[in-house]
Amino acid sequence: MADRFPSPFEMPTPPGAEGWQDLYAYSSVFSEDRREYEESQFWFMDGVHTPEVVPPWDATIMEYAIIALSQYNTRHYVIPPALGVDIRFLNGYIYLSPVGVADPEEIAARVPEFAERGGYYFGNWDRLYAAWVPKVRALIDELETISFSPLPEREDMAVVTEGRGTGSALDLFTEYHRLVDLTLKLWQYHFEFLNLGYAAYLDFFGCCKQLFPSIPDQAIAKMVAGIQVDLFQPDEEIKKLAQLAVDLGIADRFAGDTPASEVLDALRGDEQGDKWLAAWEEAKQPWFNFSAGTTFYHTDKVWLEYPDIPFGFLRAYIAKVQRGESLERPMEAVVAERDRIVSEYTELIDSDEDRAVFAAKLGLARTVFPYVENHNFYIEHWAHSVIWRKMRDLGRVLVAAGFFADADDVFLLSRHEVTEVLFDLYHGWAVGVPSRGPKYWPREMARRSAIMDALRKWSPPPALGVPPEVITEPFTVMLWGITSDSVRQWLGGSSESGGLSGFAASPGVVEGPARVILSADGIGELREGEVLVAPLTAPSWAPVFGKIAATVTDVGGIMSHAAIVCREYGLPAVTGTAFGTRTIKTGQRLRVDGNAGTVTVID
Amino acid sequence: MAQILWFENYQPADAPVLGGKNASLGTMLGAGLPVPPGFAVSADCYRKTLADGGLTGQLDALIAAVDPRDPASVAAAGTRARALIGSVEMPADLGGAIRAAYAELCARCGGEDVPVAVRSSATCEDQPDASFAGEHDTYLWVRGGDAVADGVLRCWASLFTDRGIAYRLERGYGRASAAMSVGVQQMVRPRAAGVAFTLNPLDGDRSQIAIDASWGFGEAVVSGEVTPDNFLVDKVMGTVTRRTISAKTTEYRLTDGDAVTAVEVEASRQSVPCLTDDEIMAVARLARRAEKHYRCPQDVEWAIDATSDEVLLLQSRPETVWSRRARPAATCNADPITSMVQTLLHPSHGTPDGGC
Repeated sequence: MADRFPSPFEMPTPPGAEGWQDLYAYSSVFSEDRREYEESQFWFMDGVHTPEVVPPWDATIMEYAIIALSQYNTRHYVIPPALGVDIRFLNGYIYLSPVGVADPEEIAARVPEFAERGGYYFGNWDRLYAAWVPKVRALIDELETISFSPLPEREDMAVVTEGRGTGSALDLFTEYHRLVDLTLKLWQYHFEFLNLGYAAYLDFFGCCKQLFPSIPDQAIAKMVAGIQVDLFQPDEEIKKLAQLAVDLGIADRFAGDTPASEVLDALRGDEQGDKWLAAWEEAKQPWFNFSAGTTFYHTDKVWLEYPDIPFGFLRAYIAKVQRGESLERPMEAVVAERDRIVSEYTELIDSDEDRAVFAAKLGLARTVFPYVENHNFYIEHWAHSVIWRKMRDLGRVLVAAGFFADADDVFLLSRHEVTEVLFDLYHGWAVGVPSRGPKYWPREMARRSAIMDALRKWSPPPALGVPPEVITEPFTVMLWGITSDSVRQWLGGSSESGGLSGFAASPGVVEGPARVILSADGIGELREGEVLVAPLTAPSWAPVFGKIAATVTDVGGIMSHAAIVCREYGLPAVTGTAFGTRTIKTGQRLRVDGNAGTVTVID
Repeated sequence: MAQILWFENYQPADAPVLGGKNASLGTMLGAGLPVPPGFAVSADCYRKTLADGGLTGQLDALIAAVDPRDPASVAAAGTRARALIGSVEMPADLGGAIRAAYAELCARCGGEDVPVAVRSSATCEDQPDASFAGEHDTYLWVRGGDAVADGVLRCWASLFTDRGIAYRLERGYGRASAAMSVGVQQMVRPRAAGVAFTLNPLDGDRSQIAIDASWGFGEAVVSGEVTPDNFLVDKVMGTVTRRTISAKTTEYRLTDGDAVTAVEVEASRQSVPCLTDDEIMAVARLARRAEKHYRCPQDVEWAIDATSDEVLLLQSRPETVWSRRARPAATCNADPITSMVQTLLHPSHGTPDGGC
């Protein structure tokens, strides 16, 4: 077995993708300038957020996300053994590198700072967290106010009469910069609590493992999990709408596979239909700002814009109601089960001291956990949906100005290039001459699309460089599921024949035929009782969880969003198998053991 | 003097004349645990028979002369003592009582010549349980009143196995104080059997139940003649946290001669798990019931009846290894900040096999 992964400098450029580096920030690609450092680091492919090639503008979000994560570890809370996470683009894919603090003396020196800074947040969590949701909602409101308009033939007379002294092009710049800066601010908010939340959760986790070395991971998660979670609210809204359709006696009008838009149109105008439509409109904001993908791609489909996606779930729920099944979550039973688990483990603890520590750590983990569970809806689903929509508005302005043919081409520009393009537009408009863009960009967009296509044909290795002895960065373990074991498995190249192992992310043992789904568009292919095998699963896939038997993913840890949702839906899941989609074929019969974290092909 | 005592009528005051093993069966049955029915022949019967036969003094003299450090001396005394007991005449009323109790047991089990286990349960006046595992005889699959009575006699004789003599001398038990009670208990033909600990014997984790299981009678597991399947079950979550399936090459099975014998397991069955998940959970629940009843970690023997599929409890004793070990004052670091740093530096989290 090799003791290291290939160097990023050994990776060839896929044929036809020459020049791809220029589409990304010069500071975010591997280069000779930092070769010695870059070759000595461990890099893992971020399949959790960006399993596919990342278009140049889309790179903004992950760059901002990772930089915000890093600044909180390094500069805000001074997490003793961990600095930030470094990021590089390689052939259009994202590689991340957790940076630890190696020197024990330095770690020790950071402890009092962490105690003071992190301790303050832990000590004042409820008050600080109470301010968080309003803060993010205000930010989203601000994002919504951003508007991009074509440059006018003449400035409005009011500009003159009010003595405004500036023109529309400045607004275009200002609005774009606002969008970019609010995106950065959004991601700084995202990590205000998350690093600490994970640290507190891991601490409780560690305590449980010390008291009960063999305790299943999901037992710990269940003791901490919240009961009312915003991330599940979109699904709850769909359930309510399904129940309402049946209650109003209009369920049959949803039958068949008529496109959602036609069904909605047909409902308009009669009393029952209008009642239902009012409820539908009410649910849309904010809950349909819900992405069917990881939310990190502008191509991820959002419910608001693709009502056929929630309609698919709606129809399935209507059918359930009609069969007499209840859609209600048995809240009391969930709470009772959580209490039972806690009290039984508590009883098994030998000493009063340990019992007190266990209770205190559980208390802190429960305090921090609502943030861990809920932030995802506000930041990724809701705010990202707005960001993609606003960028598309800007794309339409450029399409109208003849710069390119498709509004989505704007995502083939890096965030810095957008400013140059706006300057070109401004220049032509101000001078009263043609901008260069309409001649330049159509050709360039064709070249860039070809590069993207060539990059998509490359298959990125799971990791590069030199693996560390131990990974101390909380996110790397909790979210990305990278552990010394997964590293060892990757180094082995593949797993033993017939079996895969990963995280026991959600309990239960089932057997069923595999269905390998590579992207969100394919989830419609899933049949009752099948085992979903996917690179990852997004929370918004949850509504199909009612009919499948289990989930197996290539990436993700026990706190990946997929794991949280699977536990919520009581669906056995093994995450972070690394090779699931590559070794399993659709139709193969699988045994998925969500207690042990193993997947076996049984025929 | 009560000669025969049915397990279900057991009272703690009976312990001195029943020995540890029989007392334990009585306790479990009293607690409503699924223990096969049976009765005990009290240790007083042993004493009276020997006294009536004039053997008490002879045996005392025999043992008094033993040099416990000389194996040859122990062996010679043992052989002589066993021959003496083997030649004794069982009082007619006792033989009759044993045969009657056996007939009653057959009637209760709804069969003729119901197979039983005849087990030694040694006792001392000052020590209800004066035996340790494997030191005295047990006879499996005994049928018929005469055979049972004969088994009782042979169990008595096994009080003087070489190991038994040496053990008692080492412990300083008085020569005359040792006596033998005998248990007679219905036997089932198990599909699979084994032992279960209500903690993980590898690390003392009290949230786990460790099950060793193999095909056929549990003797193969208890004696260590087979590498059993091993299952770890989380008590609280009711899930199998680890399973290790071994090649189980030997099993104790009922052979054509109506005897329990070690035979080779056919190749196709060796590496097949000997318990289904439901059976694993049933065994775990049973072990947990025993633990809850005794209020301390238990080491139990169990079997699954091949005909009724019922999981039966055959034995339950306190787990001794981890229970005796002194626990560190506090295993978890109470200060959240320093323990968070420790947790980050030495992650115990997220190993892909679920943390085992």
